[in-house]
Amino acid sequence: MNEPVPQKPETALILLGCPQVPVQTSIALWLCAALKKQGITCLVGGTPAARSLLEVADPDHHYLTNVGDLDAIIEEIADGKRDVDAVFVLIHNDAGVAYAATMAEISAGTTYALIFGDAAEERAQEIEGLGCRVIAVKGSHNPLPLKRKVQEVLSSWDA
Amino acid sequence: MGCIEKLDYEVLIRHASFPEAAKYIRSNCAEAYEVRPGFKIFDKAMIGIPPVLIGIDGDTLTFPFTKPCHGTFLLRVEDAAEAARIRIVAKRVKPSH
Repeated sequence: MNEPVPQKPETALILLGCPQVPVQTSIALWLCAALKKQGITCLVGGTPAARSLLEVADPDHHYLTNVGDLDAIIEEIADGKRDVDAVFVLIHNDAGVAYAATMAEISAGTTYALIFGDAAEERAQEIEGLGCRVIAVKGSHNPLPLKRKVQEVLSSWDA
Repeated sequence: MGCIEKLDYEVLIRHASFPEAAKYIRSNCAEAYEVRPGFKIFDKAMIGIPPVLIGIDGDTLTFPFTKPCHGTFLLRVEDAAEAARIRIVAKRVKPSH
């Protein structure tokens, strides 16, 4: 990434994709915790199934402080009724690429495309030039490589 | 699909890529209009990789519709009012000016 490091955000949105790939739920919960530790207000948007996986894993909402419907959140941002400083879009399929491209278009915040899954390289190529900061790691079950790469971004805000 | 799910739609292509959807619209629709992601169609923000194409034949619209788990569908919906609105607000790319 040759672009300047964005300022530390005050607000963030984690946009969940299809929960088919195990890495997503783990990374999303970890990212909620990591953002919270940095004092960043975090909203999570997803389909009912994707949200349910998080809510069952965090029943007392220690990390999930604000959760909403994917479509409703996108409508609010497209209508200018809501926005955030940073959007983290979790991507493993081509629909995820389209969601990230849309967020880069409608949100004034920085869009981070967190790409995982077996076709991560292909997805990363598809998203080139669409205004997203790309963090891509191949793999579906082990969240640690993606966690390490995302942690580098979070740490860069404090540098 | 929100309000689009309630429309009387026909699925032209399942699991379409955006280039594939755009190619279909350019080749098969009398008119094509270019919009950005987030553009409202049937009061719903379009998800997509820019530029997103909407095709029109008379009162019938052809457009991509994306769901997180099911990918992108190319849909065809007849709606005279929405077709008229798109003709006014979107950038026409076919036929070119």
